[in-house]
Parts: sequence; C-alpha cells; structure tokens
Amino acid sequence: MMALETNINNLVRLQAVPPDWPGGFWGHWVFFTVVIIGFVLTMVMGVIYIERRGMGRMQSRLGPNRTGPFGLLQPVADAIKVLLKENIVPTAADKLVHWLAPVVAFAPALMIFAVIPFQNGAMLADLNIGILYVVAISSVSTVGVFMAGWGSSNKYSLLGAMRNVAAVVSYEIPLVLAIVGVVLIAGSLSLNQIVLAQDIPFILLQPLGFFLFFAAGCAEINRSPFDLMEADSEIVAGFHTEYSGMKFAMFYLVEYAEAIAISAIITTLFLSGWRGPLLPPWLWFIIKVLLVFFAMVWTRTTLPRIRIDQLMAFSWKFLLPLAVINLLVTALEVLASPAGLPWVVVIINLAIMAILILLWSKFFFKLGWGRIEV
Amino acid sequence: MGLVISFWILAAICILAALGVIFLRNVFRAALSLILCFLMVAGLYITLSADFLAAVQILVYVGAISVLIILAIMMTREVQRGSPSNRLQIPAFIVAILLLEVLVLTLLKTPWQIATTPPLAPTTTALATRLFGEGGFILPVEIAAVLILSAILGAIVLAREK
Repeated sequence: MMALETNINNLVRLQAVPPDWPGGFWGHWVFFTVVIIGFVLTMVMGVIYIERRGMGRMQSRLGPNRTGPFGLLQPVADAIKVLLKENIVPTAADKLVHWLAPVVAFAPALMIFAVIPFQNGAMLADLNIGILYVVAISSVSTVGVFMAGWGSSNKYSLLGAMRNVAAVVSYEIPLVLAIVGVVLIAGSLSLNQIVLAQDIPFILLQPLGFFLFFAAGCAEINRSPFDLMEADSEIVAGFHTEYSGMKFAMFYLVEYAEAIAISAIITTLFLSGWRGPLLPPWLWFIIKVLLVFFAMVWTRTTLPRIRIDQLMAFSWKFLLPLAVINLLVTALEVLASPAGLPWVVVIINLAIMAILILLWSKFFFKLGWGRIEV
Repeated sequence: MGLVISFWILAAICILAALGVIFLRNVFRAALSLILCFLMVAGLYITLSADFLAAVQILVYVGAISVLIILAIMMTREVQRGSPSNRLQIPAFIVAILLLEVLVLTLLKTPWQIATTPPLAPTTTALATRLFGEGGFILPVEIAAVLILSAILGAIVLAREK
C-alpha cells in the first residue's frame, strides 16, 4: 500500500510545475507576483460585472448595460470615475492612520493568493503551513478596518469597525473548525497537497464543513447577508464612510479581492481546486472560483440582512456547535479508515448534515434566537 | 547573507516599534506600533525556520490579542486622546528597571547553544509528535486552556452588573 502511494505521489510530482519555474528563484518570484496582481485586478473587474448584472437579473431589473457591449466596460468606467474624484480627509481625522488604513487592509487580501495553487505546483510559495498562513494573514485585514474606523473620527465609522471586530472574532472559530475537518482528511496543511488528496471532492466528504465555511467566510468578509459593518440604512457606510477617491477605491478593491480570495480558498479546500477533466487546470480553477462567487451573489440577493444580535447568535448558537460536531464526526471517520475515506462516507456525511441542520434549525428557536437569556 | 540582512532589518524595526509603544502619547497609535512589533517578531521566527510558530504568532497576537486591545481602546472614552494621567509612573519605572535587569542578566549569563543539525523541513509533524505522541505535552496544554477559561469566566462574573 505504501509503495503504491509513493508511486502515485511520484507520478503526480512528475507532472507538477517545478517549484522554481520559470527561471530560478527570482524569475519565479517576479513571474508569480505579476500573475497574482494581474489575476486579482482582472478578476475584481470580472466579478463586479457578474455581481451587478447577476443582481440585476435576480431582482428583475437590467443592471448596468450602457457602457460597452452588454455593459462590459462598466467596471472600467467606475474605476476611472472613482480615481478622478477628490480625495477628502476630515479635519479631525488621524491623518497618518487614515492614510495607511486602505494599504493595511489591501496587502493581506493580496498576500493570501501567494499559497493558492493555480495548477499543480504553480503557486508563489508551496508552504507546509499553507492554510494556517491564509488564516493568519487574513486576520491582519481586520486591523486595516479598525484603522479606517478609528482614524476617520466619525461615530458611524467607529460603530462599523466595532461591529466588524465582533463579527470577525465570532466567525473565526467556526471557520477554522471547518478547515480542520478538511485538514484531517487531507493529512496536510499545504494547499497543493490538499488539492492532490481530493480524489473525491471534499464538498462531498465534508458537506456540512462546506456550508459552515461558506457562511462563516461570507461573514468574515462582510458580504450580505452579514454586511452589518457597512449597513447603509443604519450606519451610512460603516468604516469607510469618510473615504473618497483613490482610498475609497482601495476599500472597494479589498472587498472584492477578499471575496475572490474566499472563493479561491473554498475552491481549493472543497471543490478539488485545479483538478478537472479536459480543460487546462488553471481554467478549471477560474471557472470554479467564479461559480463560488456566483453562489455568493445568489445568497446576497436572496437573503435579507440580519440584525446584530442575530449575527452573534447565528455564530455562537448555530455554527459553532455544528462545527464541533462536524469535527468530531470527521475525526471518528478518519480514525476508522486511515487509508482514505470510502464512498460510503459521502452518503453518511450528507445524511448527518441534513439531520443536523434540520434539528438545529428547530433547536435554534428554543435557544431564543438572538436573545442572551434563554 | 540574505538571512543576516533580513535579521538586522527585522530586529531594527522591531525595536523601533517597541519603543514606539512606550513613547507614543496616542494610545491607538501605540497599539498599532505593538502590532508592527508582533509582525516583526513573526518575521524573526521565519528567519529561524519556525514557520508554524510565525503563523501562530500572527494569528494569536495580531489577529486576536491586538484586536482586543484596540477594541478596549475604542470602548474607553478617556483613553482615546492621549494617556490618562495617574500616579503609577514611578512604581512602573522601578518594576520596568528590575525586569530589564533580570532580562539583561539572563541574556549575558546563559551559555547559548547553537544547534549543529539543520532545521526540520515540515515543522508541523515534529510539533504534533511532541504534543500528542508518547510522553507529549497534551496534559499541560489542556490544563493551561482550562485555567484561562476559568479565569475568563471569573472575570465575567466579577465585572457583570446585576
């Protein structure tokens, strides 16, 4: 069995892109840095188009369709408009913090892509601690939001930033617990190894983990229905109320770069990353990322925004218990069949997911929704 | 060579950031300086081939502890603009000097050993074995976790208004 596994590993490694492709250490570094920046910027344009047109379609309206063919140039027009606007900084603002905040928020969103494999071995750095790096780096983004909220010296900004920390601290726990389930099955923290381990996509082996990660991920990056930090009807625009021009564009970019990052991580962890028949691997990767993003747009247009107390309750009373149960079940399954999970587990896990979600939805009412006292 | 250069850059920024934490009058900026210091320490861990420790450093200290410090600053009205005045300056100075002396003495007296073996490639496996393997440290870790939890519960019970 071991010999067979080593053989398969060797085979796969033969097809893999060598770690210093193309052209040595610096060539690799420069190439992938440029690719990542280009990928993120192009994808942001693409997903903004998908989001606006998709939302328009789902809400029975047209969406932007005047600029260019099918409104394809609308993101370009938006970008130019936002860059040409005046940059206004409030007098009472902490100038340095106000200026640094968009940069601090943007850098981690870009750095996440360093460990995401676009093809077998095609990534900036195949870290042994890949997914842990992603979790650690993404937590730095919060600091940027904080700096924006505090540096603006605006009540609404501060409220938005505080809501953000409450959400991030609560949702980080189910998010990480959902990742641990995947890591248990794959037996590695490296994202490329996790993709290689997915002969059965982990969305089938970890259906509950997928939904937990999707919900917690959407909450982490403030997407609807969890966009309380910038709830327009309550606190103007949350932490970026006082931002305009280029700096506002940076926050807009961060929002979508994070959405793409979460989609890419979901693709890598649960949808078997770059793997797929016929089409080249990088194309499969992009298709899957866009599919996950489309699901995010779908939830955004379908569900109403939740209240702040419901936000907390949803994390602590719903996601956290389910994440712990999911981790326990996964650990038991891995213990029972260490050589690799058989197809039967897929059916068992789907059944467990259905029962748990149904039961806990009933139980959630008993726990008193958003009320602290039960 | 590259390692030496990065070490000195990281160390210099780290010490500057640490000084910033003490000398900046604006508490929020001091907290940001603390975050920079934590990040540089994580960088130092990377130069020591301790990648797991570096990620945990960022996750715990930047992602959790600093965020809670900043939240506490935001929640406190007086603290937002400059430090509040109090009379603990001299006692704090004495305690800090004593601590500095202990640290300097330990640094100078310890016979530092330099490992001859190259660093482990995947650090996670070695850490997992030390934690969960035979004679591992799982019990002390769990006890520490339970202790912290009970301390948090105690703090909530004490601070809660009836």
